[in-house]
Amino acid sequence: MKKIDDIIASALTGDKACTSRLISLVERDDEQAPYIMRQLYPFSGKAYYIGITGAPGAGKSTTVDKLVKMFCKNGKNVGVIAVDPSSPFSGGALLGDRVRVNIKKTEYNYFFRSMSSGNIMGGLSRTTKEAARILDACGKDIIIIETVGVGQSELDVAKATDTVVVILTPESGDGVQIMKAGLIEVADIFVVNKCDRPGAENIAHALKGMLDRIDYRLSWKPPIIKTSASLNKGVDTLYEGLGEHRRYLNCDKKIKQRRQRQIREELKRNIETEFIKTILSDIYNGNDFGKALDNVCEHRIDPQNAARQIVTAWLSKDMQPSEKWAKGV
Amino acid sequence: MERKIRVVMAKLGLDIHWRGVYLVSQFLKDSGMEVIYLGNKFPEQIVEAAVEEDADVIGLSSLGGSHLTLGPKVVRLLKERGLDHIKVFMGGVMAPKDARSLEEEHGIAKVYLPDTPMQVIIDGIRSTVALA
Ligand code: B12
Ligand SMILES: Nc1nc2c(ncn2[C@@H]2O[C@H](COP(=O)(O)OP(=O)(O)OP(=O)(O)O)[C@@H](O)[C@H]2O)c(=O)[nH]1
Ligand SMILES: [Mg+2]
Repeated sequence: MKKIDDIIASALTGDKACTSRLISLVERDDEQAPYIMRQLYPFSGKAYYIGITGAPGAGKSTTVDKLVKMFCKNGKNVGVIAVDPSSPFSGGALLGDRVRVNIKKTEYNYFFRSMSSGNIMGGLSRTTKEAARILDACGKDIIIIETVGVGQSELDVAKATDTVVVILTPESGDGVQIMKAGLIEVADIFVVNKCDRPGAENIAHALKGMLDRIDYRLSWKPPIIKTSASLNKGVDTLYEGLGEHRRYLNCDKKIKQRRQRQIREELKRNIETEFIKTILSDIYNGNDFGKALDNVCEHRIDPQNAARQIVTAWLSKDMQPSEKWAKGV
Repeated sequence: MERKIRVVMAKLGLDIHWRGVYLVSQFLKDSGMEVIYLGNKFPEQIVEAAVEEDADVIGLSSLGGSHLTLGPKVVRLLKERGLDHIKVFMGGVMAPKDARSLEEEHGIAKVYLPDTPMQVIIDGIRSTVALA
């Protein structure tokens, strides 16, 4: 068994098996996961993150396959994370996004990883963003995240990427359905895929009608790009659209602001989780809790006031960094 | 979080038969494993996928007759890359003596011929991974 520091060192120099192992350790919440992220995070932040989302079967993976080829052809090192649903019954999963990937490894350098969504409902899995950061730290220039096939409210991808591509198809329904979908608000680029099928014009038209009613003078107006991914038509226009949005973000440091907004939310979420975990375990393992429990059982004090006392006492306690904190894990 | 067995599953080469591999994939999923289904792939691509997916197991379905050429090649490529910890299972239609030869001479962990009960396959994979 290799030591974790060796695995990290090898991954940082581009070793695939080690990179892959790090993603697994983080994904399964191994006890080394916090250490891994602490070591790797400082190396991340350099890649450009693209999110691809849309209904099940819209053509996300087919599009990703074509995009990867284009990025690779232009000398980019690409990482892909594709999320598919888990079975709520067994916890197992059948991850099928790789079926669409047909790129010769001898020609191109890319890394494709499938992840199961677990019980997370937002379209990504709990550790998708961490996995993306690992790939970023290990030298990928472009990270593409494909979400689970989503309905109307799975919007986590917008919290994890720089550019969100929403893929619609002639089967996506009429204008009302598009309007209902929160996806509309997070899209930076719209793709109407399967344009070889009837109805594509209609959906593109309905979409355009809606976007025209929004005032985009001060912001980015999402383009509507028509593709037939499986026939490799229009994906080059999407590629250009991605480049344009990236240039837009890079002007006036908009990308920095976008990421700061995302990280702000992420940091807050993490603080909440950590807060609850750490503080509560400290309180529950302390003497005050046992005493209070006694007091409430004996009806000397009611639960609400007892809780207040405990929290007040905890807050005024001398802040000796506990063992756990000192280790910095 | 509990450790899930990750299986990279492929139809070997250009084999067109899909019923068996779908069935096995479904059952493995329902037994709690994560199955990464590749569709039709050749040994180089299969091994590459197994690396990227950090697979514990590779499953190969072969009803098209290329089991003796492509199957051992997967094992050989794994060995070359120092990935002997990944166990290779095969299934499909072939002569029993071919199956024996794959197991005894070519490093395939186990070959399952038609009509093998699913539970036998699930248990076989579970116990092999647990030993590794
Ligand atoms: C249906 C079928 C087809 C269908 C396939 C569609 C489909 N649904 O998949 C069609 C008509 C398309 C077809 C085409 C051909 N077929 Co056909 N086909 C069959 C048939 C009748 C049944 C296969 C089947 O679905 N079985 C049911 C499933 C559930 O069983 P299974 O796949 O064997 O899976 C079990 C195990 O093998 C195992 N297993 C399978 N995969 C895996 C993987 C792993 C990891 C594990 C652990 C276990 C495992 O678990 C399963 C459950 O026990 C068989 C006959 C037979 N007795 O098998 C011939 C058969 C497989 N076909 C055969 C042939 C020759 C062909 C063709 C070449 C014919 C031709 N000349 O065109 C083409 C193939 C072209 C190609 N490029 O591959 C031969 C193969 C001979 C050989 N390998 O030596 C067979 C055996 C018929 C025969 N007796 O000649 N076929
Ligand atoms: N007619 C047509 N079919 C397409 C097109 N693009 C993709 N498909 C087909 O649509 C099906 C689904 O494609 P995928 O790329 O797997 O779709 P996906 O959005 O990744 O699907 P999930 O990940 O399962 O949600 C496949 O059969 C593709 O071949 C297209 O432009 N035209
Ligand atoms: Mg897909």
